[in-house]
Amino acid sequence: MSKRESKKSRAVLLAAAVTTMLVLASCTSVKEYQKNKLNDSEMILGPRKIQKTELSFHSYREGASGVNGGKTGGGCGCN
Amino acid sequence: MVEKQGAAAAAINLTSNNQPMRKICLSVVGLIFVLFSGFAQNSSKDSSNYKSRKLTFEEANFVSSYYRQDGNNSAVTGGIGTEKLSDYSGTFDVKLIKYDKLQRKHDFDIEIGIDHYTSASSDKINPNSISSASHADTRIYPSINWTMENEKKGNTIGAGLSASSEFDYRSLGANVNFAKKTANKNGEFSVKFQAYLDNLKYILPVELRPPAQQNDDIDGNSYPKKSRNSYSASLSYSQIVNQRLQLMLLADFIYQQGYLGLPFHRVYFLDNSLHVENLPDTRLKIPLGFRASYFIGDKMIVKGFYRYYHDDWGLNAHTVELETPVKITPFFSIAPFYRYYNQTAVKYFAPYHNHKLADQYYTSNYDLSKFNSNFFGAGFRIAPPKGVFGNKRINMLELRYGHYKKNNGMHADIVSLHLKFR
Repeated sequence: MSKRESKKSRAVLLAAAVTTMLVLASCTSVKEYQKNKLNDSEMILGPRKIQKTELSFHSYREGASGVNGGKTGGGCGCN
Repeated sequence: MVEKQGAAAAAINLTSNNQPMRKICLSVVGLIFVLFSGFAQNSSKDSSNYKSRKLTFEEANFVSSYYRQDGNNSAVTGGIGTEKLSDYSGTFDVKLIKYDKLQRKHDFDIEIGIDHYTSASSDKINPNSISSASHADTRIYPSINWTMENEKKGNTIGAGLSASSEFDYRSLGANVNFAKKTANKNGEFSVKFQAYLDNLKYILPVELRPPAQQNDDIDGNSYPKKSRNSYSASLSYSQIVNQRLQLMLLADFIYQQGYLGLPFHRVYFLDNSLHVENLPDTRLKIPLGFRASYFIGDKMIVKGFYRYYHDDWGLNAHTVELETPVKITPFFSIAPFYRYYNQTAVKYFAPYHNHKLADQYYTSNYDLSKFNSNFFGAGFRIAPPKGVFGNKRINMLELRYGHYKKNNGMHADIVSLHLKFR
């Protein structure tokens, strides 16, 4: 990885970490009866079942994998 | 399996190739109706607080996809030639639940999946035959997963087994997982360990095979075998921020060892000599991810995903995804999506005719080259209270289309259907 790309990656990770800390610091306690929007089926944080083949072909056609609910390596003739 | 793609090839007779897939699809549809006639008596939901200690049907899902791609950088022919490939896939899963004496919820998820592909490039593993044995293959992959949730304590434990079988590749997988909610049930930490123990047949391009393996009709068990083991630990933490926003932090640590290349990937060196892909026998991958879902107003949701990836082969990648489901009615939504991806090349990549004899490791697989890609499309989902098409057993129907394009010209289309039964 070039120095420029390394710096870019670090900057992105740092920005993500700072944003996450700020968001987590602003958390409020949400009761069960207040979760009607959070419980909506479209609000699910992981990938949906219909994305299964999409996730597989991404892991075949791209070098990166993992943390997206798809394959992480192994289990098939992919890298 | 989709990996087997590449070079300029003889035209594929799609009509004849589709016949096995049609039989598979008909069998799967038949299986669905047989299973549902059996589960019908248990499918009514109890509105009281009684929690059944008998194993009861919760839901079933049928997901089917059609995928096709083309490009001009097949790894099978050394980084040149067609990558034309089409793949049909279908998975069917049944979820059963029961409660034990301690009111812990047990979930059993049984799944079977079938893929069938035709590939112009795999046909080039043995270009001497009119249509070689490798031009098409079918993969079958069953799995079973169990989880036990203690709702009072906020703990979940689980385990699962999986298998995958195709002509040249067999895999056995196992996983265990644990999750714990925070005291106010607004956050959850989870950890999952997975292992895949794989075996692949060492099928060389025909010109590099020993005389005894020149014919594709030989017994499949006579090919030498290589092993590939993959181990991963996945950590995640999800947090509700307020009544409209939730997010998740993710990290995976993946270690692979064994034969990590594919034996039918040709590599042409500067001196015109032909070799097969040779890659290190270990690989450490570290992807880090972030997800967020935000409900705007009453009709729109914004979902985001970012991933940073690094591995010890020198590949670094960034992935950004955005999806915005819009609820046209409470039971009908449309969800356009966009995904951007870019990666650097692995240290061992060079194009056709570019590797030097001094290179210890080498590949001309463009999936490991430097590129960026765009993926966009839309899906719609209907889940009417009276059931899809008035059939109460079909709880939800979702259809999704996406177009994928790399900046090196490779492109793909995918259409998927999901039916949920309750």
